[in-house]
Amino acid sequence: MVKEKLSAISYQPSGKKTKIINLPLTKKDVLKLKVGDVVAINGLIVTGRDRVHKFLFNEKPLRKNIPFALDGAVMYHCGPIVKKADGEYKVMAAGPTTSMRVEMYEPKVISGYGLRGIMGKGGMGERTLKAMKANGCVYFHAIGGAAAYLAERITKVAGVWKLEEFGMTEAMWLLEVKNFPAIVTMDAHGKSLHKEIEKVSLFNLKKLI
Amino acid sequence: MLKLRDGIVELYRKVATSLPPDVEAALKAAYVAEKKGSNAKQALEVILENIRLARETARPICQDTGVPLFFIKTPAGLSQLELENTIMDATRIATEKIPLRPNAVDILTDKNSGDNTGIGFPVIYFKETLSNTLTIDLMLKGSGCENMGQTYKLPMEELKADRDLDGVRKCVLDTVYKAQGKGCPPYTLGIGIGASKDQVTRLAKEQLMRRLTDVNEAGVLLKLEKRLLKEINELGIGPLGLGGKTTALGVKIGVNHRHPASYFVDVSLSCWADRRGRLIW
Repeated sequence: MVKEKLSAISYQPSGKKTKIINLPLTKKDVLKLKVGDVVAINGLIVTGRDRVHKFLFNEKPLRKNIPFALDGAVMYHCGPIVKKADGEYKVMAAGPTTSMRVEMYEPKVISGYGLRGIMGKGGMGERTLKAMKANGCVYFHAIGGAAAYLAERITKVAGVWKLEEFGMTEAMWLLEVKNFPAIVTMDAHGKSLHKEIEKVSLFNLKKLI
Repeated sequence: MLKLRDGIVELYRKVATSLPPDVEAALKAAYVAEKKGSNAKQALEVILENIRLARETARPICQDTGVPLFFIKTPAGLSQLELENTIMDATRIATEKIPLRPNAVDILTDKNSGDNTGIGFPVIYFKETLSNTLTIDLMLKGSGCENMGQTYKLPMEELKADRDLDGVRKCVLDTVYKAQGKGCPPYTLGIGIGASKDQVTRLAKEQLMRRLTDVNEAGVLLKLEKRLLKEINELGIGPLGLGGKTTALGVKIGVNHRHPASYFVDVSLSCWADRRGRLIW
């Protein structure tokens, strides 16, 4: 569900209208999102980085064998710092990791598990962009390194999968987020801000060398 | 060594949860310089808020607390072995207490040691000096930016880079172009030039320990540092690669002598969270 609304949260980067996103997303929701949109995400997201991608790509576990619903979900490229105190998990720091490392796996993960959003930093390549267009999925760019700030927007750890096997960093965490800020930098219409910036910077580079 | 151990734990805490004043000042200046309503300004706004929050709540600035990298200057007669053991103990305690993210993964088993210690982990470089004091410099270098570094062997036809400082300049611009936003710009760049691959990589990292405000004693390198900073910021990659004026905060270059047949250049990038600190004992 995407509603156009002015930012109404305690701290949100100023200057642009913020679209409020309530998860899970439908294809219709995703198609409304465009490169440049500033969003605030609410609901449940799952983390997945190098190990999760390698696992989903190679082992192809059935959807019913994954404890969390990935249909319409946002997968966050993140290896958080999580502390266990009094039997409860608390996320201490949870910024995005570099998305490009999972470029070779992502198209199959998107099409195989029905993801509607990928969130990370640095953007992704041509193959993922194509898969996003074909399946109806967008890329949310979170603010790299802003781990304390983003952890404040995680209201609850709702579950974890593969913790023993993959470890804290690489496990799949189910996190409840509120007003989690990001910018759409790749959309389901084949547009990518990263492609644009790369083009501009190549033009500038050629002038300098 | 117990007191020293606790001192190193505190050094870890300081470096993981706060930025050096020169880096924070440069980020604030970048925020002012970027255009109102731009992605760049918004990103820097969140970054500055994150720095404040991390410091106030004593939490890591970034979840990737990196590979701890130590440059240590020891007075003559101090046991390096004992010092190394103290650092290992401090690392285990800091990982648990701050907490740091356990990042040491066994190559053969793929298991994480869980406490940030392992073979060659943390990275520790010693140098004996004539001084009576022990100086411990620590950098927590995230791997997002570490992955974006490059090593070049000049000359290089692809870049039309000769074996001279202008060739070096082209290598540096190439590294930043290839990195785009993947290593969390605005970057600080450390560049090492010399005779062998292992040495230039270490030299580049040593440059990252310099303050942004320091002045290179070699005039010709100072000039190149300034020129490169200006040119990198003309690329238009911007904070986090979202476009804008600030792609780098600083460029630092160091040189060793080279072999007539070799001219190696290593370019090491630090993310905006340029986490470094010093303990003098």
